[in-house]
Amino acid sequence: MSTILILEQVLNGLQFGVMLFLMAAGLTLIFGVMGLINLAHGSLYMVGAFAAAAVAGLTGSFVLALIAALAAAALAGAVIEIAVIRRLYNSDHLDQVLATFALILIFSEGTRWVFGSFPLFLDIPAALSGPVTLPGGIQYPLYRLTLIGAGLLVALGLWLLIERTRIGIQIRAGENDREMIAALGVDISKLYTLVFALGAALAGLAGALVGAIQSVQVGMGEPVLILAFVVIVIGGIGSIKGAFVGALLVGLTDTLVGIFLPEVLKLFMDAAPATSAGSSIASMSIYILMSLVLIWRPSGLFGARS
Amino acid sequence: MKKFLMASAATALLASAAAADVKVGMITTLSGGGASLGIDTRDGFMLAIEAAGRSDIEVVIEDDQQKPDIAVQLADKMIQSEKVDVLTGIVWSNLAMAVVPAATAQGLFYLSTNAAPAQLAGAGCNANYFAISYQNDNLHEGAGAYVAQAGYKNTFILAPNYPAGHDSLNGFKRFYTGDLAGEVYTQLGQTDYAAEIAQIRASGADSVFFFLPGGMGISFLKQYADSGVDLPLVGPAFSFDQNILQAVGDAAVGVKNSSTWSKDLDNAANAAFVAAYQEKYGRLPSIYAAQGYDTANLLLSAIDKADVNDDAAFGAALKAADFASVRGEFSFAANNHPIQNVYVREVIKEGEIFTNKIVGTALEDHANAYVDECKM
Amino acid sequence: MTRETLFNAALLLGLIAVPAWAVLADEPFTITLATRAVILALAAAGLNIALGIGGLVSLGHAVFFGIGGYAMGILAHHAQSYTNLMDWPFVIPGTKFMPVIWLVAIVTSALAALVIGILSLRTTGAYFIMITLAFGQMFFYFAISWSAYGGEDGMSIYVRNSFPGLNTLVPIQFYGLCLAMLVLVLIFSARLRRAPFGLALNAARQVPARLEAVGMDPTRLKLVAFVISGVITGLAGALFADLNRFVSPSMFSWQFSGEIMILVILGGVGRLFGPVAGAVTFVALEHFLGGITEFWHIILGLLLLAVVLFARGGITGLIAGKEVRHD
Repeated sequence: MSTILILEQVLNGLQFGVMLFLMAAGLTLIFGVMGLINLAHGSLYMVGAFAAAAVAGLTGSFVLALIAALAAAALAGAVIEIAVIRRLYNSDHLDQVLATFALILIFSEGTRWVFGSFPLFLDIPAALSGPVTLPGGIQYPLYRLTLIGAGLLVALGLWLLIERTRIGIQIRAGENDREMIAALGVDISKLYTLVFALGAALAGLAGALVGAIQSVQVGMGEPVLILAFVVIVIGGIGSIKGAFVGALLVGLTDTLVGIFLPEVLKLFMDAAPATSAGSSIASMSIYILMSLVLIWRPSGLFGARS
Repeated sequence: MKKFLMASAATALLASAAAADVKVGMITTLSGGGASLGIDTRDGFMLAIEAAGRSDIEVVIEDDQQKPDIAVQLADKMIQSEKVDVLTGIVWSNLAMAVVPAATAQGLFYLSTNAAPAQLAGAGCNANYFAISYQNDNLHEGAGAYVAQAGYKNTFILAPNYPAGHDSLNGFKRFYTGDLAGEVYTQLGQTDYAAEIAQIRASGADSVFFFLPGGMGISFLKQYADSGVDLPLVGPAFSFDQNILQAVGDAAVGVKNSSTWSKDLDNAANAAFVAAYQEKYGRLPSIYAAQGYDTANLLLSAIDKADVNDDAAFGAALKAADFASVRGEFSFAANNHPIQNVYVREVIKEGEIFTNKIVGTALEDHANAYVDECKM
Repeated sequence: MTRETLFNAALLLGLIAVPAWAVLADEPFTITLATRAVILALAAAGLNIALGIGGLVSLGHAVFFGIGGYAMGILAHHAQSYTNLMDWPFVIPGTKFMPVIWLVAIVTSALAALVIGILSLRTTGAYFIMITLAFGQMFFYFAISWSAYGGEDGMSIYVRNSFPGLNTLVPIQFYGLCLAMLVLVLIFSARLRRAPFGLALNAARQVPARLEAVGMDPTRLKLVAFVISGVITGLAGALFADLNRFVSPSMFSWQFSGEIMILVILGGVGRLFGPVAGAVTFVALEHFLGGITEFWHIILGLLLLAVVLFARGGITGLIAGKEVRHD
């Protein structure tokens, strides 16, 4: 196995991880500030992808499609926050799980009702299509490089927002002491709606960006949702830094184990059973990783509270 | 009620061979991510039933949500309370495995519009079970034959890690004669294939065979086209049906795929079917619609010949396959699976629509590998 | 008699009366539906012990349901193909005998619950929810790629397994068997609540510190509750597999874990008959709404939302009032 192939797989793992971060960041922010488990986060990812596909189909512009994805997901997020989620802040996790599970049902079938049962078309913009050659002779798709860049940029932006702005201070205060921030005259319900819409917009952005190289279809959000949960649990719920590290860990583990484990097993057994067994274990690898992390550190790598 | 029907059928026997009303239960996927396949199956089937304009057939349609336990429950409902004579419509092999053995054991006829797993073609075959679509391996065998005919010597093959994926690669290898540059099982439901595409690039292959049904195929094709790897791709028709192609777009143009049906297949039945389907539903039919349509016409032909309550006679009438298939020549092998051609199609763009055209024949009058294992 | 007792009695009466009517009216499918409801109620009754008394929000109970199902599937598969499950070091043949299958289902799900419990109970709150979910996913992916037992396709068992003295192929007899199991488990749950263990467990949920002060280990109590809970759900899995004569990896899916949880919450968390009310309502909704529209999931979603937002005690709470049960 050549070095080039290994480097290319590392890039693939990074790209996967960075996209997971977009999903996980919103999820962990919402949990950190409001203490809410949001199973419907995957639906917002789907809303973003569908909005992007619809707008791209009408206008042919990828930029407009991204804007539409952000707007649609943020709007959907704000609406469900005001209509449903805000009534759940004081209830236990159980009610939150059930209510957001109900939202998944409504969003999935609602989307199918509006857009039909067939997958939608969403393509990479022409300017970003095709591969580029990196130093060392690695051929790598330009769009995937763009995804890595975009993800890192969003990560930086989020860090600045939280560390350097007024809203960021309020968010951090909200995580620590809810009564205090209300007493300081911050409109807490507006802040919550804002944070929820921000998380939703990030999920929608991820949906649109990834939708261009995947299938835009009903139910696309749930597999990503589960992965995003794994990410934030590994990183420590509520921690943006944890989400970032966790996302890269999960992205790299999933990609590299899937590729290299069958190769390793081939040293000990026949090719066909080795690929099959390797692939079976690989599909469980991130869950094994998560269990190990939790057994070692019950509140994740960077988790403050459990 | 059943007794009464049978009695009246017996008296009517004097006048005509078939007078009993036939009740058909269709269990198919109408909601969730896999709904498009079931919707096409239903629409193709009902097109033929409605065109026949008969009052002695009743069709009950239910949604299995692509869940095996729901499918079993619906089958129980259709058998126990609807009292259907014939079951049909299941899209997925795992659901078929859950429903078909129990249904045929209770004396019902099952006509498969799509799924036809190996177990039901070999040792588990049954006189009351007919696959009108194909045997699951057929399209993969066709692809293997085509790749060998086209002169490729070093193919990279991949499929998801589940039974149908294993069957697929085995079917391919049954007719492929060259070497394998790589053999990879991906995760079921996987959406990102960057890692596999990198492996393909590094493998030195001269061609790629892939079986990735549904959304998995859409993702793979888009990512493959964008990767700069330009080895020829071959796959079974599942990743290139009419509905999926529109979501893949230009990325699929030029790809060869194996299929038992295509909308440009040159026969009168097919021309009439494509025109009628387009007129009624406003979209082009997919292979699932074609298989649904054929299933309904086979059923109609058997109802004309025999009483559905007479298992032996009705089975023989089905087995005669005395109907005009949209796939041209069509007959049943000893294990009630089709003998038919497997064609090679190429994806083209027709105006604004992506579709397929036939460019060759991979296997002629092909049956399946399990005929000898079936003891009926 | 409280309203809740009356409501529970009415539920139980319904579970006897409806199938009895179905037998007279020759509507065997109604019995099949009722059997499904009773088995799902059993699975939910298992979760209710962890969730309702122990406060353990497990989103991985499908693991035990699936293990029970596969215990049945694997044993019956070997029995119907006349092969041995294991030839070395002992010869273990398959079986079609329900009591043996149940025993295996109980033992294997107890072991799984013990291991998962020991590892998961190191965490609390949202972490506990997620680690149980992760274990569920591990089993799910394992089952999908376990080709010896059907992988994604699952396994079909052609004839329902046998129980001495009954013809389990007759719907009403199999139903009776399932109902008897449910009633036994409900009696057990009722006694468990009033037993010292149940009271201590309740305390472990509400005031763990006080428990530690009297020298009891709340984690150990929770572990025992988790194992009992897993065993009951595992038993339900074996029955469910026999109802469908089929097992598949979807029994392990996280959506199914979610569904069991829905049954408990819909009926009323911690209420003795909550799982029964939830399962009956869910199966009825699924059956009737599914007949009305393809998009019935939207209606189901709205109903669930309404329960969470406006009927906190679930159906039992709505009908029988919000009074807390007397422990």
